Amino acid sequence: MISSLPRPFWLRTATALYLGAFLLFLFLPLVIVAVFAFNNAPYPAPPWRGFTLDWFLGNAAAGRVGLFRDTELLGSIWTSVVVACWVTALSVAVGTANAFLMERYRFPGKQALSVLMLIPLVIPGVILGISILAFSSRIAELADALFGLDLDFLRPGLPLVVAGQFSYIATIATLMISARLKRFDRTLEEAALNLGASHAAVLRTITFPYLQPALIGSAAISFLMSFENFNTTLMLVGADAPLTVTMYGRMREGASPVLNAVSLFLMLASAILALALMRGGKRAPT
Amino acid sequence: MAEPLSQGLAQRAWQRRLVLAWLLAPAVLWLLLLIVLPHVDLALLSLRERIAPRVYRPSLTQYRTFFVEPLYWQVFVRTAIMSALATALTLLIAFPVAWVITKVARGRASALLFVLCLIPFWVSETVRALGWLILLRESGVLPALLVKLGITPVPVELLYHDATILIGLIYTSLLFMVVPLVSSLESLDNALIEAAYDLGANGFVILRRIVIPHAAPGITAGCIVVFMLTLGNYLTPTLLGGKNSQWFTELIYTQFIVRFNWEQGAAFGFLLLGLSTAMVALGLRLSGQRFVDVMRRA
Repeated sequence: MISSLPRPFWLRTATALYLGAFLLFLFLPLVIVAVFAFNNAPYPAPPWRGFTLDWFLGNAAAGRVGLFRDTELLGSIWTSVVVACWVTALSVAVGTANAFLMERYRFPGKQALSVLMLIPLVIPGVILGISILAFSSRIAELADALFGLDLDFLRPGLPLVVAGQFSYIATIATLMISARLKRFDRTLEEAALNLGASHAAVLRTITFPYLQPALIGSAAISFLMSFENFNTTLMLVGADAPLTVTMYGRMREGASPVLNAVSLFLMLASAILALALMRGGKRAPT
Repeated sequence: MAEPLSQGLAQRAWQRRLVLAWLLAPAVLWLLLLIVLPHVDLALLSLRERIAPRVYRPSLTQYRTFFVEPLYWQVFVRTAIMSALATALTLLIAFPVAWVITKVARGRASALLFVLCLIPFWVSETVRALGWLILLRESGVLPALLVKLGITPVPVELLYHDATILIGLIYTSLLFMVVPLVSSLESLDNALIEAAYDLGANGFVILRRIVIPHAAPGITAGCIVVFMLTLGNYLTPTLLGGKNSQWFTELIYTQFIVRFNWEQGAAFGFLLLGLSTAMVALGLRLSGQRFVDVMRRA
């Protein structure tokens, strides 16, 4: 029942218990992952054998390769960062263009295009992956057969991973930026134009500053979604695996606490990103 | 006098067209090259059969295999049922939480609770699956706890059960249910509930006659998104279910990447896409909503 109506004692107790259980369910796996990054044992499993930083700092000589010495993991973190940067740049750029297109212009087929733009969100990630894989390899074969061209970027690898992730993250960026552009008061632009500003100056000094929170927000979300993506990436990955794929491979072999260490690192990175966004959101004019 | 003005107008119209073309280009390239053409290609791939190296002919063999081979359609049905079950359970678990956030807690407590619900989803699904692995496997935290409490004499394996897969799927899906539920319950006027209460309705009647009809758009949006994500999930079922997971995306992966039988994999992909689309359409039909509105809400 809502807060303005009488709530019997048992209902209040049940609500509190339910919320407690729910929050435990939400946070227990994360807390466990974090705690076992510091357990002095070769496997992330109980019992607790004391505190150690080996899983961060350890080197091969100590028999434990910590996160900061694990070149494969560090390399895959870097791969993920590079991929995420590309996906973010492409998604925000295309999302901004789409937002202006859908909010400011009328053209034949606009309705169909707006539905088509949402479609990537309802296609399972695995299928996005295999369709792009099949299509790009067909193009590569065609280029090879017709022109004798060897188009390496169409073979499984990072360019395809970027394309696969971008194919649906662009939709999310488009929705976020469109939502803000829709609320924009166009009389501000008209006033500036009447006062003699050029179109470029209006965009630079009025429209883009207004859009900035949505641009930053969509960039952060795009980066995060790219960094976390697994389903689409798995189908398109080549020799250089991003972090999620590397972690998945290691988890199938049997986890070592270094995975907990890298997970804790990811949690901290996400938390910093989230806090920065919240701060930025508070300062931004609405 | 009239001449330069109309010329200026014509030039403006032409400029506007040019800008429109520049704005259309990225959208068209994106959707054509990464969505439309790949799926047309995938459809063609699924509808051909290899009769000799590099020689193909149109055929329905792949789809026939799916219906003839019991393993394939059983896994398909199983994936669909488990996804539906996970969606329903996610709704049941998330609804009270969304209710507390919007109607019971106030001000800061409500905002804090909402943020707490969002936090786990800032962390990669891989990390969350790792957490469940450490908690549930035979040498893990919960089996050890059960032994300590004297509930089981020896550690039991809690991984690799259907229930484990369901827990993992619900866990990954909660956010996508809580957010649309909260946004649809927020717009429900408390006065309606108070009025119903004053007129003698009990909690159940209020829920059925007022709350659920009002929250229907949010419920539909949440269910559609959760079902779709669950159906297409690969990571959680394979890690938490192990060899017993029997998830349809796993079959697609095996055909495509392991066996290199792209024709069969493409057919499986289309069957999954068909199921996903059918469920989305059904959800929309049942709640009488438009696709565009639902996606905006989600």
